[in-house]
Amino acid sequence: MSEVAGDFDDEDGSGTIKKFMFVNRKAPYGTVYALEGLEVVLITAAFDQDVSMVFMDDGVYQLVKGQNTKAIAMKNFSPTYRALDGYDIEKLYVERDSLEMRGLSESDLLVPVEVLSSAEMQVLMNDQDVVIAF
Amino acid sequence: MAIEINGKTYDTDEEGYLTDLSQWDEDVAKVLAAEEKVEMTDNHWEVINFLREYYNEFQIAPAVRVLTKAIGKKLGPDKGNNKYLYELFPYGPAKQACKIGGLPKPTGCI
Repeated sequence: MSEVAGDFDDEDGSGTIKKFMFVNRKAPYGTVYALEGLEVVLITAAFDQDVSMVFMDDGVYQLVKGQNTKAIAMKNFSPTYRALDGYDIEKLYVERDSLEMRGLSESDLLVPVEVLSSAEMQVLMNDQDVVIAF
Repeated sequence: MAIEINGKTYDTDEEGYLTDLSQWDEDVAKVLAAEEKVEMTDNHWEVINFLREYYNEFQIAPAVRVLTKAIGKKLGPDKGNNKYLYELFPYGPAKQACKIGGLPKPTGCI
């Protein structure tokens, strides 16, 4: 914060707050989307924006407990999802069909989430200022 | 780049952050602190140790706001505030403390 403190370190809330939704659709490893997307989410939250995350399709695998990346020699970044709460990112939505098609349920996930139907997800998406998909 | 102490080599990136977290020890922390012109006290070590624990648990270096809040929760409001942390690490608590603690630069770099 030191370098540019004056630019956004305003606790009086004078900055604009937008509703950002990040839609995660890809498996955690094999591409950089999940990890890079997570970084963008953290940066967005650091700028005090209203952030929510959606996990659908293979993106639901990002939240699965007990990930072990030893064999692919990549960093297991799944513990970072448990830090989201500390960044005040509490709105995590998972699409029901995506979970069920993969034989998963809420109890398989690392963090508390809200499971929604695709129709409910659609309503939520319409309500956003910005939707970014990874 | 690299730092050498008593025959042990520590690799660093161009900004002076350790590239291999597992190489970190108190000796290199003291050298990194001196480069940052920070004189280490028990209060400094407390923050460094807190950060390292945070990293172990969540695999990221926290943004300063998150760090401040988390320290407040664990060590009390006397320590979980900007004034206290900036007195210890004048050029940005998360940034300087992460560097001294051998962690990567915090995401969102503040």
